[in-house]
Amino acid sequence: MNHRKPELVCPAGGLPALKAAVDNGADAIYIGFRDDTNARNFPGLNFGPEETARGMEYAHRAGKKVLLAINTYPQAHNWAVWTSAVDRAAELGIDAVIMADPGLLRYAATHYPDLRLHLSVQASATTYKALEFYHQRFGIQRAVLPRVLSLQQLWHTIANSPVEIEVFGYGSLCVMVEGRCALSSYITGRSPNASGVCSPAESVRWEETALGRESRLNGVLIDRHGLNEAAGYPTLCKGRYYTDAQAYYAIEEPTSLNILDVLPDLFHHGIAAIKVEGRQRSPAYVASVARVLREAIDTCAADPARYLVRNQWTAVLDRLSEGQTHTLGAYHRPWH
Amino acid sequence: MKISLGPIHYYWSKENIEQFYRRAEHWPVDIVYLGETVCAKRRALRSADWLDIAARLTDAGKEVVLSTLALLEANSDLLQLERICANAHYLVEANDMSAVHLLAGRGPFVIGPHINCYNAETLSLLADLGARRWVPPVELSATTIAMVQNTRPETMETEAFAYGYLPLSFSARCFTARADNVGKDACELRCINDPEGRALFTQEHERLFTINGIQLQSGIPCNLLNETVAMSEMGIDIVRISPQLAATEFVIRAFHAALNGDGGSPVEYDSPACNGYWYGKPGMQFSPVQGD
Repeated sequence: MNHRKPELVCPAGGLPALKAAVDNGADAIYIGFRDDTNARNFPGLNFGPEETARGMEYAHRAGKKVLLAINTYPQAHNWAVWTSAVDRAAELGIDAVIMADPGLLRYAATHYPDLRLHLSVQASATTYKALEFYHQRFGIQRAVLPRVLSLQQLWHTIANSPVEIEVFGYGSLCVMVEGRCALSSYITGRSPNASGVCSPAESVRWEETALGRESRLNGVLIDRHGLNEAAGYPTLCKGRYYTDAQAYYAIEEPTSLNILDVLPDLFHHGIAAIKVEGRQRSPAYVASVARVLREAIDTCAADPARYLVRNQWTAVLDRLSEGQTHTLGAYHRPWH
Repeated sequence: MKISLGPIHYYWSKENIEQFYRRAEHWPVDIVYLGETVCAKRRALRSADWLDIAARLTDAGKEVVLSTLALLEANSDLLQLERICANAHYLVEANDMSAVHLLAGRGPFVIGPHINCYNAETLSLLADLGARRWVPPVELSATTIAMVQNTRPETMETEAFAYGYLPLSFSARCFTARADNVGKDACELRCINDPEGRALFTQEHERLFTINGIQLQSGIPCNLLNETVAMSEMGIDIVRISPQLAATEFVIRAFHAALNGDGGSPVEYDSPACNGYWYGKPGMQFSPVQGD
């Protein structure tokens, strides 16, 4: 086995989270500017120009990289906002830009041939042919794959891919193909592709009623919780709906992805990087997850044949998970 | 403006599909998109069967386009896509960048609604590769489409999704199988029992989405029948009607009448419909026509 150890890529929604990631073992930290050019456009989150520079300085001093997500889809009326984000990224000397929009990728490849490009999960590339497209046209060097392929399909894609592959390793789970989901804009008018948000906070309402605590998204009832039930954030695909008699998690239960069980396989097949979801989460979350994954990756690298998931890792990660539980998601066939 | 019949989103039996397209030979549609776009496991028709239908529709004077999968997972999906893209007779509608890659530089092709073409720069890039028609993503507003129209490449046609349940999302998971509490690998193609999908309701009985295997659609159909004048003024070339097992002919004839100057006053719909995306609002909303 000659594969190098995969990079651990951690999220940061602000400077404290970035420092937490650097201090707890991330190899690279991905961030976004404070606007709708990235897929975590939440109030109070993300980086202004000065914070970006300070974050980069902090990370670079520790020998870590900073990646910038400009991974939503610009439209005619706001095209210039996205190109100026690319300009700023290039001026700052960011280590790589994570992008999805083909027009914007062409802009970056033409104007900044030395800027390293990663294909965002929002580009929905699930085959090596799609990856060839982005590689040949724009010179992307890495791609983040949507959370839809089974392990066998993932191995095949890696084996034939012209670029490095990064996969999600831990965090909240998009059950839909990223970049191919307009459910949020159908209800609220804002979607990940166009606005960088899903189930946006300004559309959320909580109401205590005789039937229980209700969560609504732009007026639509997402879920109704009994007195002793934990009520999570009403992401629309994690609500309870019905097709027949009984309301159930028709789309997905509240749970988080966790790939610790298959880490040796990911090493074996040459995965380049493992990504943690959660730029909207706290610095404490980033620190805990980075620490566990750092230890797991290092343990696996030292002796993959004897690698075992430690109960303590699982306990820490489950505590931080939606619904306090985890899944292998699409990597595991029965999930489909 | 022309009328197109989009690909069938649902899983129908071979008999239903063949009967549907026999009837379509006589409908006032100009373009017909054929083939499976949702789930690779649906194989009621073999390629040869589709090509027979294509030949009959061509003889009936229709332009036939072969549509392709939006979500490719297995290598067999890719091989099937390669066969479709290599066909010498029909235009192909790309619904994934894998298809764009295979079609680039090989002649004209169509950009389907599942390609994320949100701006003029992307459209111009795709035009350079051979795209000659695009179907904007369903969430784009009329204003945004109009801005792209202003700078679209000369040879590019625009086709708007004008009627039907909006294809909103795709997943590796099959929601039809999940609703019946079985795994996707044991699905036994049960979606054939839902020829118009399966309704998904909120706990307040509001029809929110429609389950169609690995796809979720809008709970109510999008209907832009009252927007045909605006569409024409924007230079939209084609309106797309998405097939339903029932009532598709009725919808086509209504659009045909509207496009031929027979649509004097806005139509009062007798069933719920939405057009929010067109007006830059939440897709599920409905706004009356904004005339002068």
